[in-house]
Amino acid sequence: MLTKKVKKRIYFLTIFLSILLVAIFFILKTLNNNLLYFRSPTDITLNSNIKIDTPMRLGGMVKTGSILTKKDEINFIITDFKNEIIVSFSGSAPNLFAEEKGVIAEGKLRDKKFFIADRILAKHDENYMPPALKEVLDNNVK
Amino acid sequence: MLSNIGNTLIILNILVTLIIIYSSHLSLKNQEVKISKKIYDLSLAQSTISIVTFFVLITGFIVSDFSLITVFQNSHIDKPLFYKISGTWGNHEGSLLLWINVLVLFSYFFLILNKKTLKNYRLSTLIIQNFLIFGFLLFLLINSNPFSLVFPTPNIGLGLNPILQDPALAIHPPLLYIGFVGSSIYFSAALASLITDFKGKLFATSIKLWVSISWVFQTLGIVVGSIWAYYELGWGGFWFWDPVENASLMPWFVMTALMHSLFVLEKRNTLYSWVIVLCLSTFTLSVTGTFLVRSGILNSVHTFANDPSRGLYILLFLSLMIFSSIGIFLKKYKKENYDFNANSKETFILINNWFMAFFLATVLIGTVYPIFTEVIGNIKISVGPPFYNIVILPLVIPFMIFMALAPNIKWIKNSLDNFLPLTIIIISAIFLNVLIINFFKPYSIQSSLITISSLFLIIHTLIDLIKCLKKKVNLDYSRIVSHLGFGLLVFFIGINHNFSIENDFNLKIGEKKIFENYKISFNSVKIEEQKNYKTIIGLFNITNLKDLSQETLKPEIRIYSNPETLTYETSIKSKLSYDLYLTMSNINRSDFYNIKFQKKPFMIWVWISAMMIALGGFMRIFKSEH
Repeated sequence: MLTKKVKKRIYFLTIFLSILLVAIFFILKTLNNNLLYFRSPTDITLNSNIKIDTPMRLGGMVKTGSILTKKDEINFIITDFKNEIIVSFSGSAPNLFAEEKGVIAEGKLRDKKFFIADRILAKHDENYMPPALKEVLDNNVK
Repeated sequence: MLSNIGNTLIILNILVTLIIIYSSHLSLKNQEVKISKKIYDLSLAQSTISIVTFFVLITGFIVSDFSLITVFQNSHIDKPLFYKISGTWGNHEGSLLLWINVLVLFSYFFLILNKKTLKNYRLSTLIIQNFLIFGFLLFLLINSNPFSLVFPTPNIGLGLNPILQDPALAIHPPLLYIGFVGSSIYFSAALASLITDFKGKLFATSIKLWVSISWVFQTLGIVVGSIWAYYELGWGGFWFWDPVENASLMPWFVMTALMHSLFVLEKRNTLYSWVIVLCLSTFTLSVTGTFLVRSGILNSVHTFANDPSRGLYILLFLSLMIFSSIGIFLKKYKKENYDFNANSKETFILINNWFMAFFLATVLIGTVYPIFTEVIGNIKISVGPPFYNIVILPLVIPFMIFMALAPNIKWIKNSLDNFLPLTIIIISAIFLNVLIINFFKPYSIQSSLITISSLFLIIHTLIDLIKCLKKKVNLDYSRIVSHLGFGLLVFFIGINHNFSIENDFNLKIGEKKIFENYKISFNSVKIEEQKNYKTIIGLFNITNLKDLSQETLKPEIRIYSNPETLTYETSIKSKLSYDLYLTMSNINRSDFYNIKFQKKPFMIWVWISAMMIALGGFMRIFKSEH
């Protein structure tokens, strides 16, 4: 026979563990829905599994001569020297955003060639290059 | 010259540290009741040496001694004196020296301010703390020596990252370090308490002050960092859920949980093991945060020039810390009997701890998960703010309800007799929320619930305050101020979030943009030369079309020469009821300027309420002195 105290304890533990499981499940599910994958233009061109309309980060270089400024948006081309993608962006561009500089744009693909960005990530100094971006560019230049 | 002095001092400091460990160890075995004067003197000498070392480095920065590699890489002759000095801790090596100073000073003050407690407990704390000091001194000397020479001696330095050339650099890192590193002393004390069997109430009393101090500084450090981000990063927000911010928030959650659990240990002499776990995890999380930031795994403003060996050293040190503390904990762990009534203050404080644990788990998973996927599958991902908002925000609602109720619950067993006043408070909170929606603009159900629960907390705490003042009883003013501050913080963040207006657009000089009730005219730009930068100042007139009031805003684009960098300086007009916020940047050297305009209601109140939270902690520090 279980004593009253032991019963109470089992009762308590069951509730505790189930709350814990539900909480972890909830956290992981939300996490999974809110992951931003980092892609390069080549990833997008070659990989057919990449879904259109899921938010992601697109990284590469701003192609020379590609920035086109309009009243409400900025258009430019992100290239990784192998493939390129047209980006349309309306929002505030960081000062370091310029042609022939590295850039990371956050947003969604409209199709395989066209990206709608809602954020351009600021970098903190001229020489700094995010490690993820550096790797992509280094590989392609070789 | 300075290099020799600095290196000598570091080596001397290592020797003193080893002597302290050795003589404390000897003193543990003798029968004397008091700690010998020798140990006090040694500890004082250690503090003095550390401070002098730090001043030697500051001198190096002031006189621009470019033979020191740290000064060469992070300073420049043309830099204003203020930034030469604060630049001392604006780099990895200098900040590590600051870190060691905090470790040493906390060690010394803990020793001299706890004279009434058991001798062996104090000595063991000192020994463990000095092992930490030794570890970091070794790290400083071998891997991150601020006094390393560069040969041949260069004539000019590379300069400080312009984004760091800001008055906030003078206070943000020291504040956070006192919080972060200050937690080391109760890490050491917790281990010492396990080893020497110095438990319960007395242990709680001995670390109470230190927990409060580190908590206050951690809070202030986070707030100052947010304010800095708000005006410097030009994005208009103040919290980005950036991994580095998370690294400072995680120890804060544990510190907050610890501060509350300590009441239970002090008043009811229970929850000892849990308090120990919290003590140990605070500093462990602080070092983990440092590891994430310094190893270059994460990147942000806080990442200095990377060097993988640094990360490796911290990781090694961290694992040593974790394994030895787990080892000691398991060896000394004794089962406690928790027998709480479900309706008692103890239970409510445990509920607080559960919430903190949940917030911690969420932030930890969000921060660490991308690192795992990168290491394991080479998949590069990042976790966006929506994740944190979705998981954390709903939980804030019950959290604030408990936060309002818990302080008035009695120890041991509470009775239910204050049902009517609570109903009135809830109804008035709902009523106020309806008023806000009616007069201004509707927002989501979740926002409504958050506003209602924050109002509930605010009103409830205010009633407590009135009761306190009327009865003239010495109730917990510090608690009232902190809880009220938290309620106000959530309330104002909610209002700010729901009623902010913002727009991004591109303008040429002379053009106008009309947006909601505002007309923004871009009048002109002028160029000025400053000591170490050139600046382009834009002149904007903001006209409120409703009452025709005008404001002039002058955002800048600065071109720093050393190192050559562009930054943009936000122009902010702060008023009691709202902030006007404007940034401009030039697009690829064309005629177009990219403008971001925002109106952020009650911004200043967000800062004030956040400061109130820390103020409550300050009041506790002085209260616990008596």
